[in-house]
Amino acid sequence: METKNIMIVGVGGQGSLLASKLLGHLLLTQGYDVKVSEVHGMSQRGGSVVTYVRYGDKVYSPVIDFGEADFIVSFEALEAARCLPYLKKDGIIVTNTQQIDPMPVITGAAEYPEDIIGKMKATGAEVDAFDCLSAAESVGSSKAVNIVLMGRLSKYFDIPLSDWMEALNAVVPAKFIEMNRRAFSLGREAE
Amino acid sequence: MESSTQNKQLMLGNKAVARGLYEAGVCFISSYPGTPSTEITEEAAKYDEIYCEWAPNEKVAMESAFGASLAGRRSFCAQKHVGLNVAADPLYTMSYTGVNAGMVIGVADDAGMHSSQNEQDSRHHAIAAKVPMIEPSDSAEAIEFTKLAYEISETFDTPVLLKMCTRVAHSQSVVSVSERHVPEKKYEKNIAKYVMMPGNALKRHPFVEERTKKLTEYAETSPLNRVEMGDTSIGIITASTSYQYVKEVFGETASVLKLGMTNPLPEKLIRDFAAKVDRLVVVEELDPIIENHVKALGIPCEGKNVLPIIYEFSQNLIARALGRPVPEGRTLDTQIPARPPVMCAGCPHRGMFYTLKKNKVTVLGDIGCYTLGAVQPLGSIEMTLCMGASIGAVHGFNKILGKESEGKTVAVIGDSTFMHSGMTGLANVAYNQSNSTVIILDNSITGMTGHQQNPTTGYNIKGDPAGKINLEALCAAMGFERVRVVDPYDLSACDKVIKEELAFEGPSVIISRRPCALLKYVKHKAPLKVNTDKCVGCKSCMQIGCPAISIKNGKACVDNTLCVGCGVCSQLCHFSALEAGEEE
Repeated sequence: METKNIMIVGVGGQGSLLASKLLGHLLLTQGYDVKVSEVHGMSQRGGSVVTYVRYGDKVYSPVIDFGEADFIVSFEALEAARCLPYLKKDGIIVTNTQQIDPMPVITGAAEYPEDIIGKMKATGAEVDAFDCLSAAESVGSSKAVNIVLMGRLSKYFDIPLSDWMEALNAVVPAKFIEMNRRAFSLGREAE
Repeated sequence: MESSTQNKQLMLGNKAVARGLYEAGVCFISSYPGTPSTEITEEAAKYDEIYCEWAPNEKVAMESAFGASLAGRRSFCAQKHVGLNVAADPLYTMSYTGVNAGMVIGVADDAGMHSSQNEQDSRHHAIAAKVPMIEPSDSAEAIEFTKLAYEISETFDTPVLLKMCTRVAHSQSVVSVSERHVPEKKYEKNIAKYVMMPGNALKRHPFVEERTKKLTEYAETSPLNRVEMGDTSIGIITASTSYQYVKEVFGETASVLKLGMTNPLPEKLIRDFAAKVDRLVVVEELDPIIENHVKALGIPCEGKNVLPIIYEFSQNLIARALGRPVPEGRTLDTQIPARPPVMCAGCPHRGMFYTLKKNKVTVLGDIGCYTLGAVQPLGSIEMTLCMGASIGAVHGFNKILGKESEGKTVAVIGDSTFMHSGMTGLANVAYNQSNSTVIILDNSITGMTGHQQNPTTGYNIKGDPAGKINLEALCAAMGFERVRVVDPYDLSACDKVIKEELAFEGPSVIISRRPCALLKYVKHKAPLKVNTDKCVGCKSCMQIGCPAISIKNGKACVDNTLCVGCGVCSQLCHFSALEAGEEE
């Protein structure tokens, strides 16, 4: 199989490492070669963070380049838009609708673009936008945004739900598993 | 960080190095943290069989690892590329002494400067110190090459550099693990080998040159270097993560000479490979080191004429440079505001930088989270060079400008950076008596690299109690009569102390002390509340650049998920509109 590419993007501190851990575990159990590339250090301090997940028969490069992403999974709307050049022609953006103002917007040096999701759709990209924060809060923790997003992403994969659940069990502490299952279901089942 | 199906696991490159160290029977690791090298030592510390520690700096770490090798156990130290500059002194002479038990030195380059002040190519150190350098290109090689590095170290009597780069260090790929085996050697007194005074060093230098010849012969047949023949219309010589990009672009449509050992480089292997291909290209990030070697052999090749000498590579970059198709990306016809890293909400550095800016102080900075004090709206730091440079620089600055800068200029340096290489700078201020004020930003942790303990925190790498250096006593012992301690959350106290110490004629130290807000033991207060009746939207609270505060509908707005209730913003409000939140 040709290598497939998933980009996970967001703002430092939003929990993208757990999402990539879940995907890495899942895809390895599906028998694929997998590479996951993370960002550490200075970039994590509230800046844009990008994680690359690649899988296939044999994966070489650990990074995803412009025009290559089958999926862009985004924790924040502006970050999805920032990574749009990475999307493959028929790629899909799965994004949280949450908006987090970057410092230049907070200080008034720049403006957060209006209707950024509409603007992404206008380029012809398929965009699945969903309020993951409300869903996460409804199960009891705003930190579950990452798992809601994974549930949302799972709709586009031909992988049995039981395998996703097994991967979830492997990466989430047992005491939070029920909450995370509900978060996953909300992302997967909502329209 | 990992997942497993049977023995196959997904493992971070740095964790794979740690696994290789474990399997190679390494008993001693001493390092100073630095992105992207930090996780090697953190992961190794999880093995009870390996003694691990954070040293005050890379030089001390390397010398400690040398001592352990001398004592007869395999040892290791890790650092980022610029850390190797600090440790260059022991490295260059350890090349002469060689080792007893195997010794490997991890160095992680940061092409693209994800978290660094420059993108120097550490292969130059291998060449200049005349020690072998090995470069894995994924996690499986990180384990395998680490173990092989110890064999090379002991066979050829040399320290070995193990070079990582950001994309190998911070990528997870599939590995298999095996058992640990611990070789042991006896320490034997050998003055001619280990005491590098001129008479002995004169005899060791020929040994080094002879060793390089033997290592070059080894490079011809070593399993570290391999040829993957494919289409012969193009032949590519490459190493490290660039190999992965090359394979991604070309697959079997090019022949590849992959070099796992980049110093010394082979000759015959390269000649034979070059003779089999029509077009020869060297694909290497940063400096043209392999390319220059190939050219010096008299073999025509391409390299930096088509590929950049700066920043990191990617598959598209290589495809475009070598005339292969590149997928087209979409573009958005909208300006996307940048999202630069910022000081966290509740960061104790913020209050100090605000006060320095308010007092129009020239701030010479250093390396750490607080380098973000250069970013707007604080825009306070005017110079950052390397670890410890703030103090040397303020001394020289004040010596030259005298009254023009004294009383208006400070150095700022974190607790860990101060222990690393600020102490010697401070000794110079004390000794040569410049009228300088040094502010130690003591947040009780090494913050930027992800919370490592240091000699001022009182805990070791495993989180167990350890020695604790008293900064006040240290400064007093150096002869500083004025050592002030202030809480940076208290803006009026900061203002008073800064004004007084800048007015004082003579050297002084201010310790700005408050633990990092992200430390687990730090208790946060409830998020502040905006009293919208009192708030007039004057934006005074916005001057500190806190990511938790914004203006919504003309009034200040506090983000409950970010605010830790530090209260610095409320001290700026003239209308008492930022009120303490209710504790749950």
